[in-house]
Amino acid sequence: MTDDYAPLSLNVPEPEWRPGDVPDFSKFEIPRAGAVSRPPVDVEPDDIRDMAFSIVRVLRKDGEAVGDWAGALTPDELREGLRHMMTLRIFDARMLNAQRQGKTSFYMQHLGEEAVSCAFARALRPGDMNFPTYRQAGLLIAGGYPLVTMMNQIYSNAEDPLHGRQLPIMYSSREHGFFSISGNLGTQFVQSVGWAMASAISGDTRIAAGWIGDGSTAESDFHSAMVFASTYDAPVVLNIVNNQWAISTFQGIARGGVGTFAARGHGFGIASIRVDGNDYLAVHAVAKWAAERARRGHGPTLIEHVTYRAGGHSTSDDPSAYRSATEAAEWPLGDPLDRLKMHLIRIGEWTDERHTQAEAEITQTVIAAQKEAEAIGTLAQGNIPLARDMFEGVYETMPPHLVRQRQEAGY
Amino acid sequence: MTMIEAIREAHDVAMTRDERVVVFGEDVGFFGGVFRCTAGLQKKHGRARCFDTPINESGIVGTAIGMAAYGLKPVVEIQFADYVYPAYDQIVSEAARLRHRSNGDFTCPIVVRMPTGGGIFGGQTHSQSPEALFTHVAGLKVVVPSNPADAKGLLLAAIDDPDPVIFLEPKRLYNGPFDGQHDQPIVGWKKHPLGEVPEGDVPVPLGVAARFREGQEVTVLAYGTMVYVAEAAAERAGVDAEIIDLRTLVPLDLETIETSVQKTGRCVILHEATRTSGFGAELMSVVQETCFYHFEAPIIRVTGWDTPYPHAQEWEYFPGPARVAEALRKVMED
Repeated sequence: MTDDYAPLSLNVPEPEWRPGDVPDFSKFEIPRAGAVSRPPVDVEPDDIRDMAFSIVRVLRKDGEAVGDWAGALTPDELREGLRHMMTLRIFDARMLNAQRQGKTSFYMQHLGEEAVSCAFARALRPGDMNFPTYRQAGLLIAGGYPLVTMMNQIYSNAEDPLHGRQLPIMYSSREHGFFSISGNLGTQFVQSVGWAMASAISGDTRIAAGWIGDGSTAESDFHSAMVFASTYDAPVVLNIVNNQWAISTFQGIARGGVGTFAARGHGFGIASIRVDGNDYLAVHAVAKWAAERARRGHGPTLIEHVTYRAGGHSTSDDPSAYRSATEAAEWPLGDPLDRLKMHLIRIGEWTDERHTQAEAEITQTVIAAQKEAEAIGTLAQGNIPLARDMFEGVYETMPPHLVRQRQEAGY
Repeated sequence: MTMIEAIREAHDVAMTRDERVVVFGEDVGFFGGVFRCTAGLQKKHGRARCFDTPINESGIVGTAIGMAAYGLKPVVEIQFADYVYPAYDQIVSEAARLRHRSNGDFTCPIVVRMPTGGGIFGGQTHSQSPEALFTHVAGLKVVVPSNPADAKGLLLAAIDDPDPVIFLEPKRLYNGPFDGQHDQPIVGWKKHPLGEVPEGDVPVPLGVAARFREGQEVTVLAYGTMVYVAEAAAERAGVDAEIIDLRTLVPLDLETIETSVQKTGRCVILHEATRTSGFGAELMSVVQETCFYHFEAPIIRVTGWDTPYPHAQEWEYFPGPARVAEALRKVMED
């Protein structure tokens, strides 16, 4: 035996800044807008390997849209996109407050990530199916799902479409291409691949979109989804929303920082792209490219949306306990609403006055929806779904043992 | 027809009558399955309907759930029940709850087949009987056939069923009945009346038990391999046992059980699975609740021991006819 070996030590990654520290994102590499070119949709994954290490960006700092990925949307569509993001932000603020007032038990906001789901929704067609996490409500809002119905679900009131069985924000709408949300992380990522495989088996032209956060890429089902998507060339767009944080855990614990999340697609031969998640135009352009690729039978695409979770993880979370208070403000990709607004103003299709007016209108719309939902009922004041209902829908037909239990419960 | 052939035929019938039925799992496609249960299906129905998968149980069940949400009817295979655990999250958190949590917006009509049970020198990871891990999950149906005719009929019913079904196939019974007398020559299904399998699309309804042997003195509740063990044990003990083959564990045919136990006043419960919190505990509870005043003796469970399934000690572990006969004698004396 010799002592040639120094004692081993365990590597436990730590974020660069903790509460009280001043964030410094100067080492965070951001390619300039327009720098990444747009490959044809039938490109070989191998030929775009560098895209997993760069970031597709369209909007310059001054609001100008530049490069190959620009020009996919009309001013009307962009205005509508801004409206969707504003609606989601205002909706979030109202529901956060409703939770603080005790009207519901729980809420999760999208602050800073509005562009990801709102812009993506525009790239899909009716009949396509998203398998979202709990932080993609923009898919519903941009898809025209009624705000009142969303609130009914959050309030678990008598008109909750899920009959009070689900925790707030775990929406479900087949009609709006929004698969039932589960509390179990990562499970839906592989289900999206199965849905896409089913479309291919059936000779359909519909596609699926899977969603997962940076933290949940560490779940086994992330790997399962990648290998199945690759093996069967499934028509699916696999989205990783890298918002830097998984509750209190920085993305480095899920092994972001050594390479990129998008780079994981390389090992599976999946076309993999990183996109500026706070750039509405870039998210939409990349989503459209990936959707087209899937729909034309060229296989899956992995998209890493680089963004920042500006709000708390949930209403049960206090980020000031684990991260710098100024991090969100320092985040170099800015705010998705401000950036789209600046672009619209720059191209002469929007003004500060119109923005203020739109904000007031949207606030009124959301408040009206909230009043309507609260008039139906809230978890706090009652008028919730019937107790008898919890026994329904466990199976298509209620088996004898459940009938006995329902009777035992007095319903 | 063997149980393997019966299962293969059920797949074939279902795939022929319904284009939405797709079959996949590890080695299931070209090769036809390590137990041959899917032999010839890929050739007949095409690679898009019957195919091999990566070795990833969570992926197999997870993709099946996505396909079911789309509108297909996936019938998937887990090579051994001992290897279902990586898929447990998908089964419990997703398949079982999808209808309830989405209020019927999405449903999950999948069948998850898996060879189960011991008696084959399979050791720790080719012998387990994990049924209790599924019977405890609201939203799942759990089926265990004991013969070729039932295997085909129950599988057809499971594929038809609008809810997720866990379909446990006792691999010890694949080629012939087995009563635990491991030192005796094996007789194949072809010489057994239950090896006669009805042709075509003849489902056996879920949730209905079968009276395997009529008797007056004691009710034996069993499923899978243990129904044959019970038969051999009753003969050995000289007890006129009524053997109920449960066939479906959830939903349970309580009526048939009640009628029998109230007639005999005695009950012995058998399973290969380990005892503590096994399905036998549930059976014991329901018969105690519903038949208490009819009992003339305490209920007895004969099960696998609360140990991992051993290799060399196979026949000391497996609840064979000697142990069951002793329980039958004891319950008659009590």
